[in-house]
Amino acid sequence: MNAEDQILDKITSSDYKYGFTTNIETETAPIGLSEDTVKFISAKKEEPQWMLDWRLKAYRHWLTMKEPRWAHVKYPKIDYQDIYYYAAPKRKEGPKSLDEVDPELLDTFNKLGISLDEQKKLAGVAVDAVVDSVSVKTTFKKTLEKHGIIFSSMSDAIKHHPDLVKKYLGTVVPYTDNFFATLNSAVFSDGSFVYIPKGVRCPIELSTYFRINAAKTGQFERTLIVAEDDSYVSYLEGCTAPMRDENQLHAAVVEIVALDNAQVKYSTVQNWYPGDKEGKGGIYNFVTKRGACRGVNSKISWTQVETGSAVTWKYPSCMLIGDNSVGEFYSVAVTNNHQQADTGTKMVHVGKNTKSTIISKGISAGYSNNSYRGLVRVTKRADNARNFSQCDSLLLGDKCGAHTFPYIDTDNKSAIVEHEATTSKISDDQLFYLNQRGIDTEDAIGLIVNGYAKEVIKQLPMEFAVEAQKLLQITLEGSVG
Amino acid sequence: MLLNIKNLHVEIDGKEIISGLNLGINKGEIHAIMGPNGTGKSTLAYAIAGREGYEVTKGEIIYKGENILNWEPDKRANEGIFLGFQYPVEIPGVSMTNFMRTAINAQREYREQGSISGKDFLARMEEKKKLVEIHTKLTSRSVNEGFSGGEKKKNEIFQMAMLEPTMAVLDETDSGLDIDALKIVANGVNLIKNEENAFLIITHYQRLLDYIVPDFVHVLYDGKIVKSGGKKLAEQLEEQGYEWIKEEFERVS
Repeated sequence: MNAEDQILDKITSSDYKYGFTTNIETETAPIGLSEDTVKFISAKKEEPQWMLDWRLKAYRHWLTMKEPRWAHVKYPKIDYQDIYYYAAPKRKEGPKSLDEVDPELLDTFNKLGISLDEQKKLAGVAVDAVVDSVSVKTTFKKTLEKHGIIFSSMSDAIKHHPDLVKKYLGTVVPYTDNFFATLNSAVFSDGSFVYIPKGVRCPIELSTYFRINAAKTGQFERTLIVAEDDSYVSYLEGCTAPMRDENQLHAAVVEIVALDNAQVKYSTVQNWYPGDKEGKGGIYNFVTKRGACRGVNSKISWTQVETGSAVTWKYPSCMLIGDNSVGEFYSVAVTNNHQQADTGTKMVHVGKNTKSTIISKGISAGYSNNSYRGLVRVTKRADNARNFSQCDSLLLGDKCGAHTFPYIDTDNKSAIVEHEATTSKISDDQLFYLNQRGIDTEDAIGLIVNGYAKEVIKQLPMEFAVEAQKLLQITLEGSVG
Repeated sequence: MLLNIKNLHVEIDGKEIISGLNLGINKGEIHAIMGPNGTGKSTLAYAIAGREGYEVTKGEIIYKGENILNWEPDKRANEGIFLGFQYPVEIPGVSMTNFMRTAINAQREYREQGSISGKDFLARMEEKKKLVEIHTKLTSRSVNEGFSGGEKKKNEIFQMAMLEPTMAVLDETDSGLDIDALKIVANGVNLIKNEENAFLIITHYQRLLDYIVPDFVHVLYDGKIVKSGGKKLAEQLEEQGYEWIKEEFERVS
């Protein structure tokens, strides 16, 4: 083994530092999926009949669907009857204050670097924490209520704001949308709900932290963000999971609605457990995220840093319906060891003068496969639509793969669609240059990769950006030559 | 002796480029290596810096009394060997500031000196920027990205000033420079030079040596040093070219 391969080997074998499990008593639904499971979940959450009916419609539709196989990923068949669809930290009643939250759980969040208590005030981030299937604590509720902002768990929203939920749920991602979204519609157990009233600029970052803890459990959270006319919100999402030998399914749905002149910025740092060095275990991350720019001059911006999961299947998209609306997608996806990612976006131009920007940076190391898949569609009446796409791939080592699947579909002659793509390797010249200044190879790779991803990282709110930079380096620790 | 190269043989892809080179450099000295293109000047620079693919098949490189052939390039750098590149590479997205701070801290960590404070670092940046007359708009950009040829070379001298090496090897730092840039580069070297460090200046032309006065001039030809002398030798080469060296060498061999 030459020196480069040794370094490669070392980097690709770094440890996942969020792999601990917490000993919390959990309550689960009986294993497997049936109408009874759906009813069990709905009853647990004391949902109204309309919600249960919607779930059951989704479940029945799901039975007619086939798991999609078109993505450039391989994984063994999932046995949907061998998954728990509901798991919740056991408690008598919902915690009324922090004191009532299970100390083990608080400890978990402290280990993750997320403090649910008042310290967060200083950082100015409101947090909703979802463990396994349920939301355990939403901070800052009072401050937000003053502005008329609703930031709560989805379960609470169904109870307390049924009209809003009814009005928007499933309008961006219908329950018939795709296999995983339909499954989610049937069994989703919690998630976050955000409502920004007309003319309100949300004064703090809203953040949800997702944590899978229980074994053999699927996580199906559902998030809905509604931004009324002239409003603004920046929303962050983080996620981790314990190290387990088995694969765990995560099938989330995120829906965003932006009305006239509204702006929504959605940032994700996805760090689900990626599996071990040999590719054993890890999360299957099959997520449907879509935003609808319904109003004129509205804007939805997706930023994602994807470093975790064994398999990722995810395409945060924008429906640009309102005239002059803007969609953005900034992505860094890193795969190492045996991770597989098939990720990208869809930008559908419907309104006039709509604009979209796609910046995708893929980084592959180890034996991993990293694909960008994107669709830019310009419909007939979308006069003067503009798209710019840039898809770059960086390869570390020679056993990994980078793939680009860009689809462009225009029905309007005035459209201008630009696509640029590059594939590069970290060059020996660059590494030697940094080595020659005294920087060892691992740090040199960290510098180069963070430089490569800078365009995307700088879109993240400051504290997330720092975390993301560290994460990029850790994910690739030991990975290159 | 700071650097002592003994009977050095270097191959690239199995082809011998340096064939039995001897060179000794003491602290406080400036040596110049001249020679026609393709005689192994850059190969020598890379071999000293430890670049992969430049295989030393015979001989030794003794630095501060130790044979460094098994040292990784970053260790050599941390021990004070600096290479000014002929073709500096671009590193997109990495700011000069971040790069320099990472490098200085890596070297300080190696020497168990602890990281440099933000204040000291910025003060050092300011001081050295003046030394090489490099503009802040360059140091706030990504490493070498969008730099002109001359700016890249000045940036090498700037890095050298920041890192304060013991043994600096400058590989054709003068090539492609106009006379003003050349003076700045030379001035930088003259200001950095002291009794505790040494320079090995690789150049094709004599003109740099009008501004940096070498203690020794060596002519590299066919992978060996075939002639050594003082500054006069450089002037002779400038006037007469390399042909007479080639003839002399071929007559002898």
